[in-house]
Amino acid sequence: MTEQIALKFDIEQGDFIRAGEASSKIKKMLHQLGFNANIIRRAAVAAYEAEMNIVIHSWGGYVQAQISPDAIIIIAKDRGPGIPDIEKAMKEGYSTAPEHIREMGFGAGMGLPNMRNSVNEFEIHSEIDKGTTVKMVINRTGGVPK
Amino acid sequence: MSLFHAVTLDKDKCLGCTNCIKRCPTEAIRVREGKAKIIDERCIDCGECIRICPQHAKRAVTDSLEKIKQYRYPVALPAPSLYSQFNSNVSVDKILAGLLELGFVRVWEVARGAEIVSRITEKYLKEKKLPRPVISSACPAVVRLIKVRYPELSEHILPVYSPMEASARIVKREMEEEGYPPDEVGVFFISPCAAKFTAVKNPIDRGKSYVDGVVAISDIFGPLYNVVSDMKESSLLQKSGSAGIGWAVTGGEVRLINEERRLAVDGLNHVARVFEDVAMGKLKDIDFIEGLACSGGCVGGPLTVENPYMAKARILALINSSKNDALPELPAGVSRDNFIWQDKLKVQGVLKLDEDMAAAIKKMDKLDKIHRNLPGLDCGSCGAPTCRALAEDIVQGQADEVDCIFKLREKVTELAEKMVELSSKLPPSMKKDTD
Repeated sequence: MTEQIALKFDIEQGDFIRAGEASSKIKKMLHQLGFNANIIRRAAVAAYEAEMNIVIHSWGGYVQAQISPDAIIIIAKDRGPGIPDIEKAMKEGYSTAPEHIREMGFGAGMGLPNMRNSVNEFEIHSEIDKGTTVKMVINRTGGVPK
Repeated sequence: MSLFHAVTLDKDKCLGCTNCIKRCPTEAIRVREGKAKIIDERCIDCGECIRICPQHAKRAVTDSLEKIKQYRYPVALPAPSLYSQFNSNVSVDKILAGLLELGFVRVWEVARGAEIVSRITEKYLKEKKLPRPVISSACPAVVRLIKVRYPELSEHILPVYSPMEASARIVKREMEEEGYPPDEVGVFFISPCAAKFTAVKNPIDRGKSYVDGVVAISDIFGPLYNVVSDMKESSLLQKSGSAGIGWAVTGGEVRLINEERRLAVDGLNHVARVFEDVAMGKLKDIDFIEGLACSGGCVGGPLTVENPYMAKARILALINSSKNDALPELPAGVSRDNFIWQDKLKVQGVLKLDEDMAAAIKKMDKLDKIHRNLPGLDCGSCGAPTCRALAEDIVQGQADEVDCIFKLREKVTELAEKMVELSSKLPPSMKKDTD
């Protein structure tokens, strides 16, 4: 049996004060487990962007990290309006974040592209008025994605 | 790798209180058998514990002023923060002249070295592509914080010599050219902090430092005060300008950086908060970060004697009155490459629970379970800074669950209840029929 550990963090909509806490805890745990700096950096960015998406765009959800010696799997699931056009949303610079969010320095349209660029596998499913699920896999070996 | 540390404990003075463990930014202290114990791998020599210890049991090892006598030609490298320790009647020239009176044959201002480092940094940032934001390497405690807690940021560190190293290199070369025998020249940094001593004993980038000794500002202040207070006039010795002197306070380095999007942060906990954001890719709008361990910058160093706010005011006054604000060119014949780190920062995963990741995962699982069972008060009575840290120590076999006084109390209660219960039991032969 491969050893595995899972962490789950509930994320609330609009909670900018706690935003980043889940990713920070995941990052600390990866240090303690002995992952190398590069993998930790990528996982931290992916988890943080996923966490922020839930805070900004959804009605709430969770971020989960499943960690094994082979891979880190990050799942972000939210209840929310969903993404009408995923292809557009994946484009760098495309954002549906409202003005007040942009004024806080978020919503630059780099969230999903940053996530995809940080991980080895990226899956996204979205249903209008239900929510969005993102699954990301970072392999311990296998290098940096293009 | 040797684990030299400038911050040490005076066991006789330590009462085993838990002030220091709570304040340590890398959770590097435990209280064991009534005394604080520093975990070498984790200590970054920031000096927070020196500041907080009510017994003054934590101290910084530095060289005594006596050590300069071991060299025929001792040279003083005063940190710019030294200038801030005296009131405005004492000019920089007097301070430098005072150092000569104390037995140094030459003074070379680290403020001047800082100006040269600023010049080199400007060119380096233009030519080399470092991941943004670039993080200054001037504060040795901050560099070690990255080593211990943020190894994922090691690529962001600016691999340029600190002003201290740059100054030492330049003055040694200068004196060699003038015909002084190199082994008779001893270069002494006059330091506001302990981390600089560690940086000299155990340099981060190369085998050996150009600095031969480190004297604490707090040790030299008395003798220096005595000579400067009687001084009427002094010749013009100061070569540094406002740019270099400004390095003594937070923002002094960053204001010379030719990047629009820059940030200066001081106090290790604040620095850690900024690094946390960098690690998550949150600070995309920033190109350069100056992080300083001490609040206020080097003027707030643990080995200074003046109130850091007074010291800062003094530095600002010196900046305002300075007529020289230009950055100097490199001395002739000195190459810029001589001031760039030869090696990358070596990061070691000091936080990992086990060399084997599968074993580490098992330990983490156990750690989580233990942690959930602890009271979560982070009281420190067990000798670990937080309940989480105690759980980690338990998993690593260095502590026991009943080290927690609340867990111990629970167990004692259970035992007492059991005893009461047992005391009411009688053998069947003696039991009375109650029906």
